[in-house]
This record gives sequence, structure tokens and C-alpha cells, in this order.
Amino acid sequence: MTGAPRSQTARALRNRGFLTLCLACTTLAVLSLFLLLGSVFMQGWHGLVDQEAFKAVFSEGHLSSIPNLIRWSFFTEYASRRPDAAGIRAPLLGSVWVCVTCMVCSLPLGVGTAVYLEEFARRNRFNRFVELNVRNLAGVPSIVYGIIGLTAFSRMFGLIGKADGQPLQFGDPDSFFSLRLPFGQSVLAGGLTLMLVILPIIIIASQEALRAVPKSLRQASHALGATTWQTTWHVTLPAALPTILTGAILALSRALGEAAPLLVLGIPVFITSTPQGPMSNFTVLPFQIFNWAGRPQAAFHDLAASGIIVLLAVLLSFNGLAIYLRHRLQKTSA
Amino acid sequence: MNAPLPTPALLATRAAQRGTLRSTALRDSRERLVRGALALTSVFSVGITFAIILTLAWETFHFIQLPEVTLSDFLLGTTWSPLLGAEKHFGIWPLVCGTFLVASVGAAFALPVGLISAVYLSEYARPGVRATLKPVLELLAGVPTVVFGFFALTVITPALQGLCKLLFGAPIFPGYNATGAGLAVGIMILPIVCSLSEDALRAVPRSLREGAYALGGTRFDVSVRVVVPAALSGIMASFFLAITRAIGETMIVALAAGGLAHLTLNPASETQTMTAYMVQIFLGDAPAFGVENLSSYAVAAVLFTLTLGMTVLGNVLLRLFQEEYE
Amino acid sequence: MTLHNPRTMNDVHTPTSSSLTPKPTVGDAPALDAAGVCIQAKAFNAWYGSFQAIHDLTLDIPRQSVTALIGPSGCGKSTFLRWINRMNDMIPTARAEGVLTLDGHNLLDQGHDLVELRRRVGMVFQKPNPFPKSIYDNIAFGPRLHRHMTRSELDDLVEQSLRAAAIWDEVKDRLHASALGLSGGQQQRLCIARAIAVGPEVLLMDEPCSALDPRSTASIEALIRELRNQFTIVIVTHNMQQAARVSDITAFFYEGRLVECGPTDGIFTNPRSKQTEDYVTGRFG
Repeated sequence: MTGAPRSQTARALRNRGFLTLCLACTTLAVLSLFLLLGSVFMQGWHGLVDQEAFKAVFSEGHLSSIPNLIRWSFFTEYASRRPDAAGIRAPLLGSVWVCVTCMVCSLPLGVGTAVYLEEFARRNRFNRFVELNVRNLAGVPSIVYGIIGLTAFSRMFGLIGKADGQPLQFGDPDSFFSLRLPFGQSVLAGGLTLMLVILPIIIIASQEALRAVPKSLRQASHALGATTWQTTWHVTLPAALPTILTGAILALSRALGEAAPLLVLGIPVFITSTPQGPMSNFTVLPFQIFNWAGRPQAAFHDLAASGIIVLLAVLLSFNGLAIYLRHRLQKTSA
Repeated sequence: MNAPLPTPALLATRAAQRGTLRSTALRDSRERLVRGALALTSVFSVGITFAIILTLAWETFHFIQLPEVTLSDFLLGTTWSPLLGAEKHFGIWPLVCGTFLVASVGAAFALPVGLISAVYLSEYARPGVRATLKPVLELLAGVPTVVFGFFALTVITPALQGLCKLLFGAPIFPGYNATGAGLAVGIMILPIVCSLSEDALRAVPRSLREGAYALGGTRFDVSVRVVVPAALSGIMASFFLAITRAIGETMIVALAAGGLAHLTLNPASETQTMTAYMVQIFLGDAPAFGVENLSSYAVAAVLFTLTLGMTVLGNVLLRLFQEEYE
Repeated sequence: MTLHNPRTMNDVHTPTSSSLTPKPTVGDAPALDAAGVCIQAKAFNAWYGSFQAIHDLTLDIPRQSVTALIGPSGCGKSTFLRWINRMNDMIPTARAEGVLTLDGHNLLDQGHDLVELRRRVGMVFQKPNPFPKSIYDNIAFGPRLHRHMTRSELDDLVEQSLRAAAIWDEVKDRLHASALGLSGGQQQRLCIARAIAVGPEVLLMDEPCSALDPRSTASIEALIRELRNQFTIVIVTHNMQQAARVSDITAFFYEGRLVECGPTDGIFTNPRSKQTEDYVTGRFG
């Protein structure tokens, strides 16, 4: 044997040193999350809690004041120049409207594409291209989708209506059933733009869900004389549904947190009405937060933090729902 | 003559002949209809790509046709001043530079931390620890980017300023700077790096690890010298996809990086990225068809080309990795 | 799973009258009483890509009997089985040439209606594969696809099918419980009942007992013997004893060729070929 054996202590030390580094990095990652949540909470909780009721409950022990703990005015008021009077009524309802519109548009398209690619398409060049294209669309920055939404939906390429003039209006502008061309800054334009953002996510998640359905089920169905669509509709889709829904919920939370593409559409910051239909103007929670956070006054930063708490609470409950669905799926298919 | 007792199978066969047959013509036309409709939905996703490419190309073409812009100035110029001053300059490099500055700070934080965390989760952590930490990181991935922007503005930058004051006696960092935004971007892409790298590490076959342990390797040797190299293409893919997200990130830089486009690599300076410029244009009431508006299409075209290239590369690497181990 | 084979789509979508009107079998069809032959292969070749899985197969499968296909792994017996109901159409590289007829209709015809074929030829797979639905819905799945039936007709069909598969007594109280709650053997009998409910003439069984314990195997074998009065059964098995127990006719495949075919007793007691003898006595395979 030639050469001195390597020092065993040095090896052990390196092993231990690396473990320490690992722990440090993981701690850093987790810590940054807690720091983020903690700092937001510290700044924002005042805006959500009624200070008098808080004092009554926690220093004087009046448990009867518990129902009054939440400062409802933050939810029921519109935005305002005065921080203490400002609320998130318009952006909260706007977010709900635009996300519902977005899901209604993107779910059929996304699941349909996934079903076509997984169940119907032959492995030819065009279908491979479609698949590759979806993967690459997932990497496109959301602000680029915003620009496409602005051009295609808000302005309709300048083809309909005059560029600076009046849009074409059908029906009563205040009613639910009205149509305005181009879509302008309406809920429908916003929902369609967000659809562009989350469509690749829904397609990929649905494809994975369909792929996870055992081949043997499809064979059983085909052997009984079912066509491809009958197999898909009666067997494959029901089996994949919980996973597809989980993916859809995660996509929805992405849509709920997006501000950039809607900002490009030119949605207003300050609005004192809530949407009445797909053609109403709207604003969304992340954009309101962005606006408050961008102001120099600390009082608005606190408002932004309160808004973030509400946003995160909604997102967290969505995530919880997704996790619950995934668990139920694992239980029933076991 | 006594008829033999019918067997259950005969009864079942008889029962199966009752009722009327469904129309096969109806079934076949429905099948064709559904197939066509589904094919259309998948064509839609291709349509989106073409819409992006055509729109951006068309408007960029209009942009460089404008009298105050030339293509060489746009692609090679080092001054970006579309709003201020009597003479407007449209050289894309300051915005590209700002974008890379922020993305580099983010990557410098997220790539090593994310990869090492991934190695820990996949190679060291007990299943219980992994089962708790993974959802926590997934939670981080679900936080909207505007929240990271707020965090950069109200926590990271003040912390940097405080730290520098303590060390050097001066805050050094202005209220808007590339480092604060970059670190927030880093935290944002951390779960992408960590989660995708961890998937890649776990996909490395067990036999490879067992072989390395059998040769007397320590856990460090096995993880760093065997598993990580084996998962390298998957790890690189995660890096590419994370950097793509960092380049396209908008709300963080719009809030925390500032609005001054200049050619610098100083991470402590105020800077403007491509995305932040677009926000500036669309927030201000730029006329719908003016030079500023068109310039944002040109910037978007550059951004799209850049991120598309990165995504394609990342996906190619990912495919290479999957082919290796499937 | 995806359907890659261009033929699959065409066949499912374009019904043709050719499959409905009887076609004469090839000119030199044996004079053997045509009524007795259900499935007939002549000069049948099958490939997966460039690999030829079946060479020049000629085989008659008589009506209302149990035919066992035996042979070592990869000998082509499962491939042959899966061509009889064209399940191989789902494998993109699979193709076949020659003549394969069911009641005189060539199954390999481009225009053959796959749905109609599979209504007449049921299949039971190696691993029980009940749908994640109720027991009732599993059985009713096929009939609902093919026929308009009243509720009571369907109820009756479900009961008769379950009775025919000898599982009615075990499940009659929980028809609307999930089929996944049944044991492996019960699931397999459920799958047989599901195939019967469509009203087929032929039942294909691809190693139906290989995933089951001995007791469940015994009950499935008893069932197969009972069903042969009503159906033409083709069973692929690795288990020689099983072939000896359940089948009337045994066909021995080796490396993609049919080595020997004849009454089961003869194959097992007095094989003509040395290879068959070696295989059935357990010297290889």
C-alpha cells in the first residue's frame, strides 16, 4: 500500500461540519418564513383588532367583548386618504369576483387540454409540441401575460371601438348581463388575464393527476367496450378529480396573489363601488397592498400589513383545503 | 320432456339481452365531437404562445420605427431615460443590468441555501423532520410576491441599514436598493430551488447510495460526492427555473428596488429592472399608444426572450435528468 | 395511458357494416364443422415494433369450451389473447397480420367496430381491477354503455351476473359499498361478473388467478368450469395444474410458435412433442 491513510478525524470533522452547515441553511430558510410572518403580523394586527375590545377582554377580563374583537370596519369600508378610516371592501370583493371568473374560464380549458394530451392525443410531433409549449408557458413572467391581457382583452388589439373613444356597449351597463367591447378594465378582462397566468399550472397539474390513474382501470373500461371518452368521463376523470381539484386550488391561490398582470391592465387603486357583474370595474387585494406599501407614511404600511394578514389567511385556508383533499384522496384510494 | 334447469350463467346472459341497444351512430358522433372540442382547447394554449410572440414582435417593430428610437440604440445603448430630460434615450442595457443585479443577489442567497437545505432534507433529516419542514417550505412558496416586496421594504432594507450603521457608522444602503429587493427575491425562489433539488436528489437510486456506503464513505462523502453529482442535471434545472422566476419577478422590485435605471453592478445602489420599468409605465397614465407605452412592449419582448430561453434550457436539463433515472 | 395507435381511434369512431355482415372465411377454410369453431387463427403473425411475438399461428378454438394457453413467459400466449379483443391496439408499436376470425369475421379488418367486438368478447385481467365505484356500479358499467334498460331490468341483470359469478351471496347486502373493500378473490369474481353482465359470447382470462391465494384460486377455477357451458373461455395460465384442472383443450406456445394443441388429457399424459413434455413435466419454464 502506498501513501498515508487519510486522517479519520479530519473526515469525521468534515462530516460534522457539513451537517452543521446543513442545519444552518435549513434554519435560515425556515427562519426567513417566520421572520416574514412575524413582522407582518406585528405591523398588521392593530388594524384588525378593535383596541377597546382588546383591552376589555385581555386586561379587564370582560369575555362578553370577544365578539367585538375584530375591527369589522376594516372589511366594510372603502379605501380612504385617512388611514384610520380605510378598509378593503372593494379589493376583497374584487378579488373574489376576478378569481371566480378566472376559475370558470381556466378550469374547462386547462382540464380539457390535459385530457386531450393524456387520453386522446397520439404521440405525434404536433402533440409533443403542445406539451413542450405548456411547460415553457409556465415559465413566462406574469407581467408579460399582463401585457398580452391588456392588448388582447382590454384593448382588443385596437380593432373594436375607437382607441381613445367610447367602447361599444350592449345592454344596461349597471346590470349583470351587459357586454362592453373591448373589455377595458372589467372583471372579465382581469379574470381572462389571470387565466393566462394559471392555465399552464392547471394543465400540468391535471396531466399529472390523470397520469397517476392506474392503467388497469382504463383497460378494464375499454375491455367492456367503452370508447375513449366514455372511459375518460366515467372512470379516469372521477379517479383523478381530487388531485385535479388540489392542483386547481393551488392555481387559484396563485391567481389570488397576483398583482402584476392586473396592474398592467390599468385597474384603479381607488374605487368606491363593488363589482355588479363581469363588466364592472374592480381592484384586487394584492394591488391595494402594493399601493399602500408604496406610500411613504408608516400608517399606510400598517394598513398594508393588515391587508396581507387577510390575504394570507385566505391563502392558508385554501392550502389547508388542498391538503385535506389530498388526504381524503389517499384514504379512499388506499 | 323435462327442460334442464337453467344455469345462473344462462340466466345472466339472458338478462343481459334485455332492453334496447344504444345507437352506435350517436355514440360515434359524440366521440368525434368531444375529441374535436378537446383538441381545440389544447390548440388554445398554443394560441397563447403565438399571441405573445406576435403581439410583442408587432409592437416592438412599431417602437423601433419611431423617429426617436433606433434598433442599434435600443440593443446597444447604455442610457435609459425615457421619461426625464429633453432628449430621451432608449438603451436597454441599464434595465438588463438592473435585472441581473437583483437576480444575482437573489441567486447568491437562494441557490446555496436552497441546495444545502435540499441535501439536508433528502439525505440527513429523519422522516418526521422532513414531513414537517417540507410543508413549511411549500407554505413559503404560496406567499404572494407583493408580501415579499413589503417585507423587503419594511424589514430587510432597514435591517441592512442598521447593520451597516453598526459596522461602518453609516447606513450605506438607500431606502430603495438592489440588495434588499434581491434578498427578498432570494427568499421567494428558495422553495423552488429546495423543492425541485430535493426531488432530484431523492430520485437518485438507492443502490448508488448503498454502493458508496459499502465502500466506507461517510454521509458527507455519499451526499456530496455521489448523490449530488448524480442529480446534477436535475439540480441545474431547478436553478434555471428559479432564476427565471427571479428575472420575471415584478412586485418585489417595483416596491423595493427603486426607479433609477443606470448601468451599475453596485448592489447597494438604487436600480430599475425591466419589470419595474413596465410597472412604472403602466401605473403612470402613459398614453396608450405613445412612445413610453410602446417602449414597454419592447422591454417585455426582451424579458420574454430571456425567460423563454432560460425555461427551455431548464426543461431540457430536467428531461435529461428524468431520462437518466426512469 | 395514451392511445397511440392510429387504428384505435378510427376503429372506435367509425362503425362499418362490414363487421355486421358475415364474411366468408378464407377460401381454404377447413371443412371442420364451422358451427363448432368460435375463434380461428390462420397464418397469424404479431409484432411489437420489430420484435415478432407470434409466428405463423394456426389455431381453432371451439365454442363453449375452455381453452388453456400455456407456455413459458414471453412465448406469445398473452399477446394472442390480447389480439382477440384487440386490447393490443392501445400499444403503439403493436401490429398483426394474417387471419384472426370470430364467428367468421376477421378481427383484424381496419373497419372492425372495436366497441361491438368488446361487447361480444369479455376480458378478465391478471390483477383484479374493479373501478373505484360501488359493487352495483361496477357491474352496471358495461350494460349502461351499451343498452337502454329500465331500472328493474338493470337491477335484475346485476343480480344474475353476480349469481353467475358465484359472489351474490357475499355481496347482496352491500351492493352500494365500494368494490375496493372486497378481498382479492372477491374482486376477481366481481370482475368476472362485470364481464358477464355485458352479455359476451367469449371470455378471455389473462392469468386470472396469479394474484390470488390458493383458496380464491380454487373458487375461481370452480367458476370457470361452471361457466364453460355458456361461454367460450380462453385462459392464459402459467400454472400447469390449473390448465389440467379447468381446460378442455390446451395449446402449448414456445418462443412465439404454437408447438402443440389438443385435448388437455392428451397434452398432459401423452404429449407428441418433446418440448411440450419437458414443459408440462416441469423440466423448464
